Amino acid sequence: MKILTGNDLKSGAVVWWDGRNWSLHVEDACDVGEDAAMIAAREDAERRVVVPYAIEATVDADGRIRPAHIKDRIRALGPTVRTDLTLRPADPEAGTWVI
Amino acid sequence: MYQYDRYDQQMVDARVADFRDQVRRRLDGKLTEDQFKPLRLMNGLYLQLHAYMLRVAVPYGTLSAAQMHMLGTIADKYDRGYGHFTTRQNIQYNWIRLEDAPDILSELSTVEMHAIQTSGNCIRNISADHFAGAAADEVADPRPYAELMRQWSSFHPEFSYLPRKFKIAVIASETDRAAMRLHDIGIRIHKNDAGELGAAFYVGGGMGRTPMISHLVREWVPLDRLITYAEACLRVYNRYGRRDNKYKARIKILLHEIGAEDYAAQVDAEYQHLLDQGVEPPFAELERIRTFFADPSFVQGLSDGVDQSDQAFAAWVQQNTHLHRMHGYTSATISLKPVGGIPGDATAAQIHLMADLAKEFSFDECRVTHAQNIVLPHVEQRRLYELWQRLDAAGLATANLDNIGDIIACPGLDYCSLANARAIPLAQKISQRFADNGKEAVIGELKLKISGCINACGHHHAGHIGILGVDRKGRENYQLLLGGSEGADTSLGKITGPGFDEDGVVDAIEKTTELYLAQRQEGERFLDTYRRIGMEPFKEVLYG
Amino acid sequence: MAEPISGTDSEARELDDVQFRFRNDEMVDHPAVTVDAFVGQTNASAVRIEPGDDARDLLLHLDRIALVEVNFPSFGDGRGYSAARILREAGYAGELRAVGDVLIDQLSHMRRCGFDSFAPAVRLDATDAERAFATWPDVYQAAVDGRAPIWTLRHGGRDGGGNG
Repeated sequence: MKILTGNDLKSGAVVWWDGRNWSLHVEDACDVGEDAAMIAAREDAERRVVVPYAIEATVDADGRIRPAHIKDRIRALGPTVRTDLTLRPADPEAGTWVI
Repeated sequence: MYQYDRYDQQMVDARVADFRDQVRRRLDGKLTEDQFKPLRLMNGLYLQLHAYMLRVAVPYGTLSAAQMHMLGTIADKYDRGYGHFTTRQNIQYNWIRLEDAPDILSELSTVEMHAIQTSGNCIRNISADHFAGAAADEVADPRPYAELMRQWSSFHPEFSYLPRKFKIAVIASETDRAAMRLHDIGIRIHKNDAGELGAAFYVGGGMGRTPMISHLVREWVPLDRLITYAEACLRVYNRYGRRDNKYKARIKILLHEIGAEDYAAQVDAEYQHLLDQGVEPPFAELERIRTFFADPSFVQGLSDGVDQSDQAFAAWVQQNTHLHRMHGYTSATISLKPVGGIPGDATAAQIHLMADLAKEFSFDECRVTHAQNIVLPHVEQRRLYELWQRLDAAGLATANLDNIGDIIACPGLDYCSLANARAIPLAQKISQRFADNGKEAVIGELKLKISGCINACGHHHAGHIGILGVDRKGRENYQLLLGGSEGADTSLGKITGPGFDEDGVVDAIEKTTELYLAQRQEGERFLDTYRRIGMEPFKEVLYG
Repeated sequence: MAEPISGTDSEARELDDVQFRFRNDEMVDHPAVTVDAFVGQTNASAVRIEPGDDARDLLLHLDRIALVEVNFPSFGDGRGYSAARILREAGYAGELRAVGDVLIDQLSHMRRCGFDSFAPAVRLDATDAERAFATWPDVYQAAVDGRAPIWTLRHGGRDGGGNG
């Protein structure tokens, strides 16, 4: 699937397009198919997001969305060396999901 | 140390107001991201993997206790309770909100700090020897010259849109502790036979994807012509540096393409022209700046010597202190490289503690080193044990300076949008491995440097052992380099061969050090042995 | 220093879309030619410098130039700043106009490098521009705008200087 990501203009937080809004959680991302460029241009112009871009992703065995590239998995989670600051601070396996 | 007068304060205040206005125009939609990006970068604000990142300038690496406290306060108030000291003597925060950035700059300005020109294609924060004013081997304190250049380079109207970033380092001793030969301009203050001070200009050094050691372009620039000569160096670069390819835009490429002699001749012609243009500050300004770097009130007549009956303390003294030019004093380095820790990171509490210690033990002054540690430059030897106990209690007394555990590492793919591979986990594993096997002290001096991409912020080209992270078909992969050095004997590391995965590279480094231990002769460091026996034996143990 | 011409009136844009001008003399009314064309002929008095041109090629002809346009195809290409200073340092007193990708946040630096008129490809917000021209209460370095740098003011320059 193709999903759309970027950063929130004001906070800089990593965000994912869920079909209507920008979510902090990659699990909320929707398949944007051929609409990526159109949505990205519109949202960029409206200043709801900064430098949006589309990426490839898959859905893993647990039904979780998994960005194809490690960089976007780290963006989705947070720094692997500070799991206390990630979106899954209590999950000791969070770091291995990235690799 | 230097203190602002009303002019300096006014300039920084103006910059804060200017940036506040730029942020407002960005949020109002008057500036596109393409237009805003170079403006925020010139204020040290990046957009990184997880948030905006703010890089705060620490001019020539020197901080007062109040400034250090402010860095801790910002970590707590606007970030997530920590900061990361960088290889250019600055500090960066990883979780900054764009909306907060003007307020942070405003708070910084209350302690004479800023984020001006910590990024962008302009003259960056000027770095210097971290033992400036304290080292026994310097001919002068290099910082007055760095401060003069800080003022000259701040908001320079002609050189704010250079082909590429521009880094300047200033030293004043034979021993280079600032990687001076790997800067766009390296300036070495030295003495002539008549005992006068002058400046040698080395131009065209750099790391990145095409590492080069700088060329001596002029041996002697009189101190009252420093700015004029620097202006000439920059103008030739601004006019002729390549702009068609960002990877060939650094000044090192210009010198490589036209030759150092041709470059020097063009600079000389421009210099002759500029001598009549009145760009040089009055010499009284340099003298004014020098008064701020006068000696603190050292206690005279102290004797040297420290009771080293406490073994752990003795190990720290031997490893982490540096010869001071005053009897009875020493410069102490606080390692930000605990075993298994993140190189260069410090919590707000640690930053506040180091600020307190700077105040109590080192005449209200501390330094950031390009190796991502903190120095207390002027500590009385008779109070060293007390200092060490305070550090030890806070987990800041790791005795590993310049050893294999004292790793330089860039933030890598854990934080940085340019990175291809993570650097920090590797540093953690290596320092843990050599703490566990007990070999660190046996190996002695071994500078290990890790970059998560070809931009080489982790100085891998200059490591006795360097590691470069690359992306190999979507997997992190690490190339190993041997034989680099940033010291007086500057050299660039050579790649051993095919890369390794994360665990593989840790094993490879262990094999490399084992070969060194087996081959070394009396008094040889790792680098010396490598230079004597060459790459082949190492390739043999790694790939044979 | 003259006030910039008013920017809101569309009539004011006839002459090369100049939005800000800090001079009182007549504007040159014919188009600028390239550096090569200029050096090779004698009747033009307006010339246009592109980023790769050498401003020093004009130095022998300064007495017959009334207008130099310096083109900024992209605001990130800073060669035009050096070109401007070189001309002013050589004594050029005619109009020096920044044209092309000229944006709010480059105005103050351009002014310091000797530009005295501005023809942005996209019209700038007048209020923002006014603020931009006044960004720096003082300046650190000598340039070609005649402003005394801070280090001159500190040491007996016209402002008296000293710590405050």
